[in-house]
This record gives sequence, structure tokens and C-alpha cells, in this order.
Amino acid sequence: MDDCLHLKITRRRLLIASAVSASAAALPSLSGAASRDAPQTAAAPVQQRVRLRINGEVHSLELDTRTTLLDALREHLQLTGTKKGCDHGQCGACTVLLDGRRINACLTLAVMHEGAELTTIEGLGTPGRLHPMQAAFVKHDAFQCGYCTPGQICSALGMLDELRAGQPSHVSADLEAAPTLSADEIRERMSGNLCRCGAYSNLVEAITEAAGSRA
Amino acid sequence: MKFDTPSAENPTDRLRVVGQPVDRIDGPLKTTGRAPYAYEHHDGFTGGFADGLARPAYGHVLGAGIARGRIRSFDAEAARRAPGVLAVISADNAGPLGQGPRNTAKLLGGPRIEHYHQAIALVVAESFEQARAAARLIRVEYAREAGEFDLAKVRDSGRAPQDEPDRRLGDFAAAFAASAVRIDAVYRTPDQSHAMMEPHASMAAWDGDRLTLWTSNQMIAWGRADLAKTLGIRPEQIRLLSPYIGGGFGGKLFVRADAVLAALGARAIGRPVKVMLARPLVFNNTTHRPATIQRIRIGATADGHIHAIAHESWCGNLPGGSAETATQQTQLLYAGAHRLSALRLATLDLPEGNAMRAPGEAPGLMALEIAIDELAEKLGLDPVELRIRNDTPVDPHDPQRRFSQRQLVECLRTGAARFGWAQRNPVPGRTRAGRWLLGHGVAAAFRNNLVMKSGARVRLGRDARVTVETDMTDIGTGSYTVIAQTAAEMLGVPLAQVDVRLGDSDFPVSAGSGGQWGGNCSTAGVYAACMRLREQIAQRLGFRDAAAVRFADGEVQAGGRVAPLADAVRDSELLAEDSIEFAGLDRKYQQSTFGAHFVEVGVDAATGETRVRRMLAVCAAGRILNPKTARSQVIGAMTMGVGAALSEALHVDPRLGCFVNHDLAGYEVPVHADIPHQEVIFLDGADPVSSPMKAKGVGELGLCGVAAAIANAVYNATGVRVRDYPLTLDKLLGQMPAPG
Amino acid sequence: MKPFTYERAGSPQAAVASAAAHPGARFIAGGTNLLDLMKLEIETPAHLIDVNGLGLDQIEGTADGGLRIGALVRNSDLAADARVRRDYALLARALLSGASGQLRNRATTAGNLLQRTRCPYFYDSDLPCNKRLPGSGCAALGGYSRQHAILGVSEACIAAHPSDMAVALRALDAVVETLRPDGSTRSLALADFHRLPGETPQVEHALEPGELIVAVTLPPPPGGRHVYRKVRDRASYAFALVAVAVIVQPDGRGRVALGGVAPKPWRLEAAEAELPRGASAVATALLAEARTTRENAYKTLLVERTLAAALAEARS
Repeated sequence: MDDCLHLKITRRRLLIASAVSASAAALPSLSGAASRDAPQTAAAPVQQRVRLRINGEVHSLELDTRTTLLDALREHLQLTGTKKGCDHGQCGACTVLLDGRRINACLTLAVMHEGAELTTIEGLGTPGRLHPMQAAFVKHDAFQCGYCTPGQICSALGMLDELRAGQPSHVSADLEAAPTLSADEIRERMSGNLCRCGAYSNLVEAITEAAGSRA
Repeated sequence: MKFDTPSAENPTDRLRVVGQPVDRIDGPLKTTGRAPYAYEHHDGFTGGFADGLARPAYGHVLGAGIARGRIRSFDAEAARRAPGVLAVISADNAGPLGQGPRNTAKLLGGPRIEHYHQAIALVVAESFEQARAAARLIRVEYAREAGEFDLAKVRDSGRAPQDEPDRRLGDFAAAFAASAVRIDAVYRTPDQSHAMMEPHASMAAWDGDRLTLWTSNQMIAWGRADLAKTLGIRPEQIRLLSPYIGGGFGGKLFVRADAVLAALGARAIGRPVKVMLARPLVFNNTTHRPATIQRIRIGATADGHIHAIAHESWCGNLPGGSAETATQQTQLLYAGAHRLSALRLATLDLPEGNAMRAPGEAPGLMALEIAIDELAEKLGLDPVELRIRNDTPVDPHDPQRRFSQRQLVECLRTGAARFGWAQRNPVPGRTRAGRWLLGHGVAAAFRNNLVMKSGARVRLGRDARVTVETDMTDIGTGSYTVIAQTAAEMLGVPLAQVDVRLGDSDFPVSAGSGGQWGGNCSTAGVYAACMRLREQIAQRLGFRDAAAVRFADGEVQAGGRVAPLADAVRDSELLAEDSIEFAGLDRKYQQSTFGAHFVEVGVDAATGETRVRRMLAVCAAGRILNPKTARSQVIGAMTMGVGAALSEALHVDPRLGCFVNHDLAGYEVPVHADIPHQEVIFLDGADPVSSPMKAKGVGELGLCGVAAAIANAVYNATGVRVRDYPLTLDKLLGQMPAPG
Repeated sequence: MKPFTYERAGSPQAAVASAAAHPGARFIAGGTNLLDLMKLEIETPAHLIDVNGLGLDQIEGTADGGLRIGALVRNSDLAADARVRRDYALLARALLSGASGQLRNRATTAGNLLQRTRCPYFYDSDLPCNKRLPGSGCAALGGYSRQHAILGVSEACIAAHPSDMAVALRALDAVVETLRPDGSTRSLALADFHRLPGETPQVEHALEPGELIVAVTLPPPPGGRHVYRKVRDRASYAFALVAVAVIVQPDGRGRVALGGVAPKPWRLEAAEAELPRGASAVATALLAEARTTRENAYKTLLVERTLAAALAEARS
């Protein structure tokens, strides 16, 4: 192991370096078990009631406090249009509108949102009666596998509201001026929604068109 | 239907529906969140033999905490006692498990551990939260063993794979030595992850000894066979369903741990179980595109004709794993009398390497197309012209064997004109726009066209609606839509009158989604079934000569007589099933797809950050069945190419034997802001040698060469030649001039 | 994620009282990092105190012409505030370069300061990490470390602090106001808020158990030209490899802070004295104590070049 760090080699570092040797099993710091917490009994789950207004309908749920808003939607209300892509706020597939603002449903607990108003993809349009944003997605083929798509759509709607409210972005040249609906602004503002199928170029066109039709 | 002679004119040539840029027929379901993916079949789970299911329990997978060794002790008592826990499945209690021939490492490890995050247990509980928490209570002690994790270190131990022997033509060494202009360089491509948006997920339900598995899998029949082998049951006992798949890119070609463990968990508790791999587990638990080290030597005449070309590639995999065939395209892309290509496969104890979008060609062209750029510069020749000059109409190793179609030159010329290639400054580092150093790059795209048997059945219902059923999958490629277009064209009905049902092992076996063969082969299978159905319809309606009958506008006509299609099914529906079987044409002709990628990048003069500003792809891939969905596949592939060029790499810690950056924050796929407007041009050209559809694949072609075009553009922008992907700024910075 | 009890606190006083009554409790605001870590059982609170309802979401002018930012102000609201955009552009720019629109809509001012490193070894319980499991070793040393810190590091830890906002706040001389369980309040200069790892990399900040951040205050606007340059592999939604925050006054004096290079937002007032001698002199002073690995050695050159570009932009 070449050592490029301009630091003294410590005992700990030697432990790591020796991981390549067959005797590494003797090193407790490298065993999976040792890195886990010691207590071996599980605490009992805590249940709590929460009322959410989702797509205009009030739902009262008794939930394990650990339940994320995303899992409450998907597993307790069967609203599976909101997707789980990473469960760690790294992909945006779970984007919903909470009191009108776009958020990642995976990184918040359901019990934190007593009385909140939530809009999910199911609340926007139906296959027979698409929301203009959904229709623009179909027209511009702004998706492929479809898994990031509900999140992209909810995010786009939240994003347009932010833009109309005059919120600047990283690419706004003038922080104090009202931002414009340019392709660069859309790209930057939509960057929290990954699309591995790579529909970005079409997404910009769909969102631009839908933004125009709503204005 | 046997396909052994080039297709004559056929009903698809009308191009009323086929070839039209129609919207995806699954679009309304996907954009409204109503398309159910594998993990999303709840109480409404019906169909097949799994009616009346209980609410599913949740399975959480525990991955091994070491890269190689043995489990010394496994203590799941605390987990079993934890609230809500129904079962803990591990090698101790899972019973004997087989292994599917397409899996390299076991899908349930233990006591032997073959790679980091190999699944070693499934905790099944009433809730997701309970299962996840209980999995952390399992105490595992390992006996760690030394392994090999560093490709550079083991490369010299590599051997030629049995099925990929060295290929030689002429006398490379002598010809290379005698060449007027030579380049000899080594390129590196990293391990990459498919990183599809939907993690691998399955839901299993048993009814007696019969299993229904909803899963996310590109290849239904492979999946069923391998799962049966793994579980030790007959394939007929399994119904595998995968109607919607949240991306695959090769990462879902094979049955993975989620499927096997969901099945074992459901069997253990007598209730349905669903399992989704946690995202941080996906990168090491499932497959990846293996890293390569590639050496390319090219000798050319002073006027730019390649005389000698050698491509050697080293890669590693687990014992029994396959090689990344990075030299494939070099055997066919350019002329040259003296040739050598060689693969070397060494043993590495990293997670299992396997196919990712355009396996072979994608990393191979990442290297080859930089090498060609380097050669062009050395020759003082335009890189477009160099490629044109070395075009070959035949397989260089077998000059009797012609390409069924080869439009590489046309792709390059069309692209150069459209892109404004002539305006680029060939001298690196000379073009500046504000803080950006601008550069332009080009690369050829090449991917073989593979053909696979594919079946379908088509029903004409009494309501005159057409239903197509095949186990073909749609991984975002547009299968639903092109299949509907095919049936509509063949039977002369509007697209809206066609229903397509996919991804169910109860349906005829198709080519599946892989190797960019899916679109062409699955529609050809539908074509075959439709031809059968047309015969039945013609017979019902009293037409003698089925071949002369025309299907259009909901009517059937021949010899001056017209009959409504609906008349054929007034009394009972009609059902036809057939498959396309390819026989010999793929050996007689070399079938390949071609393209050219043109890219403009800006490299920040101060920081070395590279941003892609313009992208153009020109593709020649036979008939384009749907220009809208095909274009989407190409722009998606171009986007993946941007990631490959600039940011994507699984970083190996050779001491710990794992990919360290194993989540979507650490493994950086392109975001919106990385991708400019993308332009795609398809060259016309039905290929009658390919199939009755005269189409070829395009979804992988779009990726081939993109990263090299970007690398060449970065060189043009900066004068810094990076041969080690991805081209992150740390590799540029030290050699870039001080910003002025 | 381990089970926990949950309560919504009604007032800041009630929140800190509850924290004192529940050892191991954590406050939750945006939750964007805390829940992330709880899912991996890197954070395992037995009790969560939801502080979202405390009314700490106002941005107010202060008597001396500065700004008082409530601890619960969302990152997106802070970046969109007209006063911030006009007078503290550095802060708006830093906020807008971080995370994503969705995350900024939840992430709070206090939570952003308290977010933990993104070192991948820290995130994987099967790998050694002194910050997560003291004594287990620092796997990033000699491992995958191209994102890691080069300043303020120790033999025990080379993790970088991931915040952009904190870098701007450091340049703006921000002060953190807190409420302690005993009801007392205190003010901490941001400069003193984060701790260097030393031998105890698990200790990341100066807060006592149960101490609640209630606000961050900014002195009156510093004037001058503000430039925040964040350098990263992809164009958005990525943590900084290096970030440079500069404020340059018409007379050439100014302030410089760095992100992505240290376990805390990095600022050396002594280096700012070198501004008249140019970017290179400033960089030399900033980087004098740099300790790099093979994989992150490029960061010294990157800091130097990015700083030069940022200063040139601020002076243009």
C-alpha cells in the first residue's frame, strides 16, 4: 500500500492496510459484526396517528413512527405512483407536492405532516384525462422506462411555481431580477430528478411547452 | 416462420403505422403513475393461480460485509425475536439451492462469501420498517480471506477466454514495425453501474408448489429457467411477470437475489413476500460493467491507410465469469491487412461483472475511437476523413462476407455537414468563449445487430380488437408501442384498436430485451404471428389466396372484393401464434449498425470542469420502427455516454475489495444540467437481411463512441490527452495552461 | 432504522426541556440528512423532537442593520429572500449551488450547519470509519479519497464538511444563537462552531447535548462583490470538490473562505491579508498546512486556480 498521505502511519491505519492479508479475520475492526451496535434486543415499534389530506381526500393513518411519507403513500395507501428510487434523497423519484412545494417524500416522516395537504401524481390527471404536463410528457416522449416520470412531473410543477414566484437559481445571471423560463433554468432547477434512461433533452421540451400552456 | 432469405416487399413496407413517430401507448399509464412496477402489486394482486392473496410481507436483504472469505458464525436470534419478524432466511435454513447458468456468484451466499454485499440473509417481517431494523440485529462473524481486487495488478495472469480466442490476420508485428506512422497507447475504462432508477425488486406468492413472481426482469424465459434451477423446481411451476420495468440496461438480464429471496421468503411463511434491494446494496450486490485496460496499436501509411491494427484488452471477473469483449468492434470497423485482437480475462474477487448496455463495444470504442483520433492527429489528417479512408465493405477477416448494410461513411459525412465540423479548429486549445475552452470531437459508432428467435400470439376478438401477447419486455425501449404499430400495420387497423400485453411467462417466448435485438426481433415475431392470423382471417372471409389479400382501414380486400375485418370474428374470435426463427443470414452477411457522434464541449479554463454544449448523433440502423421512441433511445444512450466520459466510475478499494461509492450520490450519473439539447438523425434504409421488419437495433448503438467523441473534444479544447476514463478535472488540471 | 418515540415540540423551551428529559434524543427539522443516516442506523435516536412548529422560520432585520435568520428557515426561502439576494449574494449563491430544489425546500438553516460528512466510508457500517465507530480506523486514508479534505485533517479522519451554505456564512462572519436545556442562551461565532477531527472525529460541533440552534445572525452587509464558485464533476446536484467564496471590496481588501477541502468551512483571516499580493499569495497562505492523499492532491492546484478565477471575476 503506497502511502501518499503526509501523516504518520498510525496503528489504526496499519489495521486497514493489513486487510489484504489472510489474517485480517483476526482484526475485530474489520468484521462486519464489530461495526454494528452492541445491544441485541429490538425496541418495540411506536405507533402514532396522523391525518393527511392527499389529493383532496383526508386519510387518517396509524403508523409506525419510522414510516416515511413515501412508504406511507406507497405501502399504506397504495398510492404507488410516487416511486422509490434510492430512499436517500439522491434521485428525486419520490417527488411530491407538500403544501404546494416539491419535496422528496423519502426523506421525511409521515408523522411530521399532521394536517398537511399533499399532491401526488395520482392527483394530477388520469390516463383518460391527462394534466397538461402529463400530456406534454407523452407528446415529447419525455420518459422511457417511466419510473422517474411521476417525480419529474411533480417536480416540474413545483419548479414552475418557484420560478413564477421569482425564486432565483444557480444559473440565474442576475440574482435580483425575475428569472426567465429558459432551457438552462429548467435544466438546473430539474437537476434533482435523475433520469437514467436519459430523457433530459425531451424533458426540457415537454416542460417548456406545458409551462407555456399554463401561463 | 423461418427467416432465411432477405425479405421481399411485405405489408410493413406501407409504413402507414410502422415507421411513424407515434406517441408511446403506455404513456398515459406511466405519466399518471398507474403503470404497476414489480413492487407495486398490493391487495389488487390477481390473475394466474395466485388469486385471493394475503397482504404481502416485507423482505429486507442483508449483504455480506466482506469481499471474500467465510461466515464463521451467523446469529439471527435477536432478529427472529424482533417485533413483526416472520422469518430469517439464510444459507443455514434455505435448503439446497441450485444456480442458474447465467449467474456467476451464488445469489444467496454463505458460508462461502464470493463478493462484497453478496446476499447472505433475508429478514421477512410484517412491515418494511421492521424487516429493515431486524436485519441490523443479525450478528455475523467472518473469516476474511485475501482476494484479488486490482485489475492492474492481476492483468498479466489473464488468459484468453475459451469462447474468445485471439484473432489474427496477416503478420501484425512485422506490418506494424514497417508502418510509416504508428500509435501505441494504453486506455483504461472503469467499472460502471447500470444505476437504473428502479432498484431490483420482486414479489413472490406460492400456491402449493407453484410460484408467481412479479419482478423487474428484461428476459422472462431466462429468468424463469434460472429461477427454477436455483429453487430446484420445474420452470412450468413458475409464472414470471414483468409488465413494467424501471430501467435495466443489462442489469436486469438475469435473476438476482431479490427474486430468489422473495420466493424463499414467501415459501417459508406461506404468504406473499416482496423484496426491493436497498439502493446502497445494488452497486455491489448486482452486476456491473467490468473495468478494462486496453492497448491499441495502429500502423498506417503516410496517406492515412491503416496497415496494421491490434487491440488487446484485459479485464477481470469472478471465477467462471465472462470477459468484457472490448475488442469486438475492432475486428470489423476499419480496414487493414494485418490484424490482431486479443482478450485476457483474469480472476478478480470484486462483484460479478456482466453485460451493461452495448457490452464490448461501449468500452471498446471508448478506447479505439480515441486511438483513431490520435492517429489522425499524427497523420495531420482530419479524423472524419481518416475514418472514411479506412472504411471496409466486407468483414476484413473474411472478405467474402459483406455487410448487409454499411453506412459509416454516410453517417460521418451527414454528421460533419450538419454539425459544422469544417469550422472546427483542429489545433487544440485555440478556441475560447469566455471562461470556456471549446473543443469539438467525433467518433464512429458501431454495434453488431444480433438476432434471436421470438414468438408472439395475436388475437382478433369478437369486438375486432387486436390483442398481442408475447413475453417480450419494455424496459423503456418502446416495445409496447412498436409491437402495437406492427400489429396495426399488418392487420390494417388503427393503433388504438390494438392491445399489447407483455412480460408474462404465460405468453410465447420472445427475444426479450437485450443486446439491442429486442425491437427488431420481437416485432418480427409479431409479424410472423400476424401473417398466420391473416391467413385465418382470409380463410374465414372466403378469400382463396391469402398472400394476395390486403388489410387496410379495417377491411380485407382482394380481387375487387372488400370485407370488413369484423366479419371474420362475428361468430368467434381468431387466435394465431408463431415465431420468427433466424436461419443463416446472420452468418452469410455481417449485420451491424453504424453511426457517428459529434460533440462540442466547454472546459472551464480555470477549474477543468467539462460541460457538454452540443451533441449530434447520426445513426444507420435499418428501418426505424418509430422515430420518436428510437430517438429517445439514442438521446438516452448519448446521455449515458456523457456519464461514461465525464463522471461515472465505481471506485474500487483494493484493500477492502468493494466499490466504495455505492449510492446515487457517490456514483454520479448525469443530471439535467449536464445535458444540452441533443440532435439525432436517422439515415433511411430498411435492411431486408435483418428481418421482415427490416429493422435493426439502435438502443446500444447510441452509446457506442459517445464517450470517445467527448474525450476527443476535451483534447481539442485543452490539448490534454486523457486515456483514463472518466475524464474528471483532476486528470486535466495539472497539464492545463494557467488560465488567462 | 430503530424505533423511536416522536413528539412535536410546542416551543423552543419545551423542545430543549424534552431533549434534557430524553437522553439520546435528536431534534428533527428538515430531516434530509438525519433520516438518511437513521435509515442506515448511523444515527439511532430513541426519541425525535420535531422542531418544525417552533416559529423559528422568520428572517428579520437586526438593530445594527444585519439579518437574523431563524433556524427553521428553509434553504430555498433563505436564498429567495430579497435582502439576502441584494445584500448577502454570497449566501444566496452558495445555497443555490447546493443539493436540489426539493432538498432545499426542506433543508433548514440549522440543519444545514449540522449536516454530516458525505464520506462514503462513513455511510457504510461494514467499513472502518473513526467518525462512525471511533477506533475502527479511517478507511479513506489510503483509500478512495478524491472528495476528501486537505486542510484541518487528522490521522483519525479526513472527511470534508459538505455544506455550501456554511462556507458563505463563515465568510459573512455569521453567529449561531442557541438555547440550552437550562434555558440560557448563547452566541457562537460560526468560526468556532465546527470542530476539527483531531483524535475525536465523532465530535463535529460545539453544541452541548440538547442545545438547540434558534437562529443565525449576520452582521450588517459587508458590501463589495460576492462570488461563490463551486467546482464539481457534474453540473448540479453534487457536493463540491472545491468551493471558493470571495468578497472583494473596491479597495482590494476582501474575504476568502473555502468549501470541500476541510472538516469545516475554511477561512484564514491571515490569508486574506495577502489579497493585495494576488490570488497565488492567498492560496499559498491558505494551503500552507495542506495534507493530501494521492487521490485528493489535485485539490491544492484546484483551489489555487479556482480562487484566481473567482477573484478575477469579483474584480471584473
